[in-house]
Amino acid sequence: MKLREFPAKRKSAKAACVFDLRLYVAGQTEKSVMALANLKRICEAHLAGQYRIEIIDLVRAPQLAAVDQIFALPTLVRRLPEPIKKIIGDLSNEERVLVGLEVQRVRG
Amino acid sequence: MEKTIQPTDVQPGIPKAPTGIEGLDEITCGGLPAGRPTLVCGEAGCGKTMLAMEFLVRGATEFGEPGVFMMFEENASDLTANVRSLGFDLAKLERKKQIRLDFVHIERREIQETGEYDLEGLFIRLGHAIDTIGAKRVVLDTIEALFAGLPNHAILRSELRRLFRWLKDRGMTAVITGERGEHSLTRFGLEEYVADCVLVLDQRVQEQISTRRLRVLKYRGSVHGTNEYPFLIGARGLSVMPITSLQLNHKASADRILTGIVRLDEMLGGKGVYRGSSVLVTGSSGTGKSSLAAKFIDAACRRGERALVFAYEESPAQLLRNMRSIGIHLGPWVAKGLLQIHSSRPTMQGLEEHLVVMHDLVRAFQPSVMVVDPISNLTLDSRETEVKPMLMRLIDFLKQQQITSLFTSLAIGGGPTPEDSQLGVSSLMDTWLLLRNVEFNGERNRTIYVLKSRGMAHSNQVREFILSDKGIDLVDVYLGGDRVLTGTARAAQEAQERAATELRVRDHRRKVEQLTSKRRAIDAQIAALHAQAESETAEVDFAIAQETLQAETSQSNIMAMARMRGGRIGDNGRTKGKQ
Repeated sequence: MKLREFPAKRKSAKAACVFDLRLYVAGQTEKSVMALANLKRICEAHLAGQYRIEIIDLVRAPQLAAVDQIFALPTLVRRLPEPIKKIIGDLSNEERVLVGLEVQRVRG
Repeated sequence: MEKTIQPTDVQPGIPKAPTGIEGLDEITCGGLPAGRPTLVCGEAGCGKTMLAMEFLVRGATEFGEPGVFMMFEENASDLTANVRSLGFDLAKLERKKQIRLDFVHIERREIQETGEYDLEGLFIRLGHAIDTIGAKRVVLDTIEALFAGLPNHAILRSELRRLFRWLKDRGMTAVITGERGEHSLTRFGLEEYVADCVLVLDQRVQEQISTRRLRVLKYRGSVHGTNEYPFLIGARGLSVMPITSLQLNHKASADRILTGIVRLDEMLGGKGVYRGSSVLVTGSSGTGKSSLAAKFIDAACRRGERALVFAYEESPAQLLRNMRSIGIHLGPWVAKGLLQIHSSRPTMQGLEEHLVVMHDLVRAFQPSVMVVDPISNLTLDSRETEVKPMLMRLIDFLKQQQITSLFTSLAIGGGPTPEDSQLGVSSLMDTWLLLRNVEFNGERNRTIYVLKSRGMAHSNQVREFILSDKGIDLVDVYLGGDRVLTGTARAAQEAQERAATELRVRDHRRKVEQLTSKRRAIDAQIAALHAQAESETAEVDFAIAQETLQAETSQSNIMAMARMRGGRIGDNGRTKGKQ
């Protein structure tokens, strides 16, 4: 079950899907709530208008865990731009999230 | 060794999940602890994955327990290819929902850690796989790969602890593999979490021959074999060889089978050896061990039984050719499928592996007769302490299957007592035939005798063992003076005896003839005497007749004279009286 909570704010067609992100969680746990909050904050601060977030609740769609090679939760997957990057944890360290997403370079 | 577990083997109290792996269920008295995790640890390449996979496949196919194989190092297609050599078709099993493979790919470079996390994703994945096929068994191979992929070991450890508890709660019989560490069983100390049952695999090279071994280090709540057991990954999966059978309870057949050599059967109480018994044939080089074995095989095939031969000195073609030269034609039996010959170099594998190979082939071919030619090649390099238990195991196995076995063994040294050189193997054998060369009179000849044969009256005589293009024959030896005569000495003795007989016959005939002629002479003498007597009788008669005639003549003369004188003749007295 995919929940599109954050439809991308389209400023231009090109910029729309620069960052295609998926956040895998298992129900409304403390960690998943925190991860989502952290992700939203970081994206808004650094990637406004260039990202799309999909939230996948593995409790409701367990088959996706194997398909997308998920083992730790929460996991943030950067599907685009390639290559695929994974960040596991509650995303509490903003610096590391940005490094993980290679956001600095894209911006720079 | 049955797939179904004997009720007596299972300890009350702890339920077990049979692995279906040959020998392992025997060692563990029924299998792995059901509904609990078992740790299988060992170095790289010692067979952990194979063991785990066979546990899963056999569980799914033989015991109706589907299983999930979660792998962390190898991907599913590689694994599928690897286990195909064991005859496991994972793709088919997956389609039939008996097995589910899940490759957990962890790429360190792709992963960034930040903040708190857990392995709930893995739980969900595993749980989903289990629910999809209704799994009862789980394999995690090798979960320690997580330690390399995830830097935060503190989280990992607590999550692993939770995982094993979770598996237990779900009632999964799980096998968790772990690589051997330097100071601990596993590199990351998994034994700390999986404490119910620990199997240790090991691969050792000894005298250039590598052998895999398995040991049950720990089995909570159950008795188990504590030895190290050699095992092999063969064409039909793993085979663990418990060194000694737990019981000595094979049945003993009263049925006898012939050895194919009539005179040898006569020596063995006239009826050959017992079915399911073991026969040891020892002798030094060139005493005819292989030939005797070939005859034994030939006899079995003639009865329409299957025979299995392990040749460690000759290739099948060479064996067939050599036996043809002494009139034993084994080729047709091979063509008919009654005979299988397996040739290999004894140094190719360790003794244990050879024996495991034998096990496998015996199970596959189901022969009624098995020949190992020679067993001494297998035992030469090994220590006696290893050889005897292994052979004991093999013979036990063969006896359980009621397979009559014949082992040839090279007597080393050729000393006065070849009995000494048999590595204590002979005590395991029911019948022991000793072949010996007797060198005398400028030639070597073969002799055979029955050193022992359990459960039957057997000959104590030495026989000469003759190999010719007509096959094998046993003949009585001659005892001349104080030694056994064989070969030409025996032939000379035979000729001598023939000559003596001839002479005697002639002597008799001469004596009879002499007697006859003597009798004839006596008869002639008797006839002559008869003739003499007759002539004497005739003479006497003549004389009497003459005298009578003379007397009559003189009487008539007197009467004539009297008449002339006028007297009466004849009654002159009376006449005178009356006058």
